[in-house]
Amino acid sequence: MNFRKVLIYGAIACCNGMGDVMLKRGMMDVGTVHLSHWQHVFTAFLSPWTILGICCLAGFFYSYLTALSWADLTYVLPATALGYVVTAVLSKYFLHEYISVWRWTGVLLISAGVGLVTRGPSVTHQHVPPVREEQHELA
Amino acid sequence: MNAVRLWTAIGVLVLSSSTGDVLLSAAMKRVGDMDALRRRHGLFAVIARVIREKYFLSGLVCLIFSFFCLLTALSWGEVSLVAPASASLTYICSVLLAKFFLKENVDHRRWIAAALVCVGVALLAK
Repeated sequence: MNFRKVLIYGAIACCNGMGDVMLKRGMMDVGTVHLSHWQHVFTAFLSPWTILGICCLAGFFYSYLTALSWADLTYVLPATALGYVVTAVLSKYFLHEYISVWRWTGVLLISAGVGLVTRGPSVTHQHVPPVREEQHELA
Repeated sequence: MNAVRLWTAIGVLVLSSSTGDVLLSAAMKRVGDMDALRRRHGLFAVIARVIREKYFLSGLVCLIFSFFCLLTALSWGEVSLVAPASASLTYICSVLLAKFFLKENVDHRRWIAAALVCVGVALLAK
């Protein structure tokens, strides 16, 4: 696994986890949204935490697409689950939430799965070339 | 009856989410290495290239549809069941679809990893 793969895997996991935690932090400022006053949910966009969360999730989508452009889906998918690990750690130390033993076991299993898949090849070589002529249009 | 309705919603959610992932993956393989494209042509040209890809748009539609299925399933069942069940089943379904439609080489290592991630995600909701 080279430095580029580590970087993109880290970006997927961190942006996904941090995005979720920041959205949660932003919604804590907003408070409970009742169905009778659903418009109240838009005040979330005034919170800098929510804006940061959305930026993180946009970064996650960009990193995810970048990884999919040179790696198999079955290689990239565990990285998205690694985001849950980041969420669990940030929830404990940043939001001061209680994480049960079951959750830590889940974190351990996901980490083991990611460790296992990243030790193998990242892409299945097939004979389908990328669409060259459309790439030339960009030039 | 309610259980059947709930599991149907979860099933549709899992299928649409996995199909979305597979279509995005197929689209990005057709686009080619995004890093290399960005270095050569810039970020906006890459975005323009990606959104012109029909598989990308179909994948996006599937993911948006799966989001509404998630909301529907959440309105019919408890979050402690819907979230882990849909997330972990989506992993297994995506691996199956990637193997048969994208012809990815899913060896023992990737199957074990998918199973570990699937159980791990389910445990996170406990």
